[in-house]
Amino acid sequence: MSDTKKFMFLNRRAPYGTIHAWESLEVVLIAAAFEQEVSLMFVDDGVFELVKGQDTSEIGMKNFSPTYRTLGDYEVRHMYVDKASLEARGLTAEDLVEVEWEDWETEETVDNIVEVVDSDKVVELMEESDVVFSF
Amino acid sequence: MSELHTVNKSPFEKNSLETCLRLSKAGSSILLYEDAVYGALKNTVITDLVSSAAGDRKVYVLEPDLKARGLSADRVIEGVEMVDYAGFVDLVDASNKVQAWV
Amino acid sequence: MPIEVNGKTLETDEEGYLVNLDDWEPGVAEVMAKEDDLELTDEHWEIINFLREYYEEYQIAPAVRVLTKAVGKRLGKDKGNSKYLYGLFPYGPGKQACRYAGLPKPTGCV
Repeated sequence: MSDTKKFMFLNRRAPYGTIHAWESLEVVLIAAAFEQEVSLMFVDDGVFELVKGQDTSEIGMKNFSPTYRTLGDYEVRHMYVDKASLEARGLTAEDLVEVEWEDWETEETVDNIVEVVDSDKVVELMEESDVVFSF
Repeated sequence: MSELHTVNKSPFEKNSLETCLRLSKAGSSILLYEDAVYGALKNTVITDLVSSAAGDRKVYVLEPDLKARGLSADRVIEGVEMVDYAGFVDLVDASNKVQAWV
Repeated sequence: MPIEVNGKTLETDEEGYLVNLDDWEPGVAEVMAKEDDLELTDEHWEIINFLREYYEEYQIAPAVRVLTKAVGKRLGKDKGNSKYLYGLFPYGPGKQACRYAGLPKPTGCV
């Protein structure tokens, strides 16, 4: 397990208007299957990806917001949200989806791995990562 | 007959909406769709700018794009009107010119 | 290549997955299994139905590893292992069972 690298996926784009958000999510699903240590960071318009209650039935596009809720099953351990980006957009933590995580062996659970963090913490988390993938 | 301006980019990522608001005449209409619907939200860094523009211009937002993004009517700035696709067509029909801020 | 199910012609892609998810009905799984010389039992249906529910909730087909764990959690540890799942679906529980369930190929599955 010493070969495990810390991957961070940095999401800065809104869903639907461009393909970036969906592509990032697909790469996250693949990366987690290779048993790397994966965390997600949502900054700028990326915070809109996690807004609850999305309904794309009238725009003819796939609604991929429910997929974020299964990321805990893909061993994504942390989903961080930049507080300043959230506030600039009139959003709060209550507006975002909740993602449960469970260790299948020990049955240890975390009710919600989505965590709002301040700028200093964002810097620190990016610094700790071996690779940061930008979308 | 008035002019219709359309904006489809997020105001937090591009300055299309800001420039549109700066360079559009009083009495014209502005329609926000796709990622520009984020410009119709209350309590954001751009809310004041949009609210004040809504004073002498008519600002519309496309409801299907709001719904897709999980944003309900109560999040929309006072004075900004929600329209559906048919309303979009009516707006185009009622304008003598459509200018897109892409 | 299209498949015939209960008198209807349904479109599939080059790997045999349904093109239109809404085309699915139990007959699809029956027809696909017959082509693979496989007889569907209650145990197969348990996994197929599980996959359909998972897709309904999360909008993706799960990776094999996730499927295995989720089955173990929901249907019991004796079923949540590769041996059991490959026993039912020899071409791979991810690919074969997802195909029968009318789902797209799992993301990350090559």
